[in-house]
Amino acid sequence: MNGLFSLGSLGNIDFSFFNWLLVRDFLLQGLLFSLALTAIASIGGLLLGTLLAIARLSQRRWLSALSAGYVNGMRSIPLVMVILWFFLLIPLIIGQPIGANGSAVITFTAFEAAYFAEIMRAGIQSVSPGQRAAALALGLTPTQSLRRVELPQAIRNMLPVLLTQTIILFQDTSLVYAIGAYDLLKGFDTAGKNFNRPVEAFLLAALLYFVISFSLSSCVRRLHARCSQSGSQSLSLTHGTSP
Amino acid sequence: MTFEWQVLLQDTGAGERYLDWLLSAWGWTLAVSACAWVLACACGALIGVLRTLPGWWRSLGTLWVEGFRNIPLLVQLFLWYHVLPALMPALRELSGFMLVVLALGLFTSARVAEQVRAGIESLPRGQRLAAQALGLRLPQVYRHVLLPQALRLALPPLTSEAMSIIKNSSVAFAVSVSELTLFAMQAQEETSRGVEIYLAVTALYVISAFVINRLLLTLEQRLRLPGATA
Repeated sequence: MNGLFSLGSLGNIDFSFFNWLLVRDFLLQGLLFSLALTAIASIGGLLLGTLLAIARLSQRRWLSALSAGYVNGMRSIPLVMVILWFFLLIPLIIGQPIGANGSAVITFTAFEAAYFAEIMRAGIQSVSPGQRAAALALGLTPTQSLRRVELPQAIRNMLPVLLTQTIILFQDTSLVYAIGAYDLLKGFDTAGKNFNRPVEAFLLAALLYFVISFSLSSCVRRLHARCSQSGSQSLSLTHGTSP
Repeated sequence: MTFEWQVLLQDTGAGERYLDWLLSAWGWTLAVSACAWVLACACGALIGVLRTLPGWWRSLGTLWVEGFRNIPLLVQLFLWYHVLPALMPALRELSGFMLVVLALGLFTSARVAEQVRAGIESLPRGQRLAAQALGLRLPQVYRHVLLPQALRLALPPLTSEAMSIIKNSSVAFAVSVSELTLFAMQAQEETSRGVEIYLAVTALYVISAFVINRLLLTLEQRLRLPGATA
């Protein structure tokens, strides 16, 4: 044992194996899959989540209960278990094997829908009831009022939260490791094994995830600051009763 | 489809039934979560305080929070398991269990720190000023005036962190700690009765989260700050 930090082992760190060929052969495919998974799951999850939120707020008891059951169920199970469940069940249901990547896309869309549903529910409830009353008084049908008046405001009010959830989603995609899908982390893992440089590979993986997540969350923060500055007037219009 | 729950009574080949393995895996999940939660609360309170101090203390707190928040938990776990022991030989003595506790605890500490900071910042400025006017030094201001109020304000979010920790402890499968998720993966492979195994594991996760939620809600009601609306 030679101290807390041994300079000898620090000296063994060697990034020279890292070059364009490695990026092309191991990382690019994984990075593209992680980004595609994030994009598909966030768009699909937002659509499905909005439907779930509308169902949750519906007057029909059974519809509301069904949506609540789905959302609370998904949110109380670890994501890794949800990934394993879907990987096990989808082939049983459709009767043929499905690749890890395909399974991951379906899983993340279904899982994120539950989280986006809660955000959208808060968003719809943040629009003052007067908006709906006015829309109905103008002769819009309830569906039109929802689509043209309430949802656009709900999405705008919730934009920072939705984007933050998408960054969390991007980080969570690394969990597809559990079923062996080839994502960004798996790319670094494979490269590290092939070149016998796992330490450097995982350090670079952490750095890349940090750079992507940090720059995205800085953008969200700036957007949030701009919204709350310029939005103060429109906010006081949408929240008629806010102090 | 028919369920064959007898699968849990089968022998694993190591002289125990799958049921015994399941229960010991549950124990590991709870142990990892409990230790990580204690670590997260201790570190999180400290870092949360740093984030409200002036000067470079605040920068240190910000660095901590941004670092642990912007790297996926699984990647952090690999850093603890594969990278840090290679750089710091002292860490090689630690078991996989300890490394998971460190990874999960420090990951969660960043989120706890944000709740504690929000708690401190939500207190009226007069609390701090009055304490200083009474002649208390800064550590005393925090110990006797700010923290007793802020920590109680931060309790409800800490409850939801405790439930997240149980869910997040499932990443321990990746470094072969024998907790519920690793049990699910291995037992599913060995018995081919995935549905029964997964149902049992999922039920235990839900029960754990529910019980902890109830316990902490009771604690919350006992410690509630009189007059606080949050």
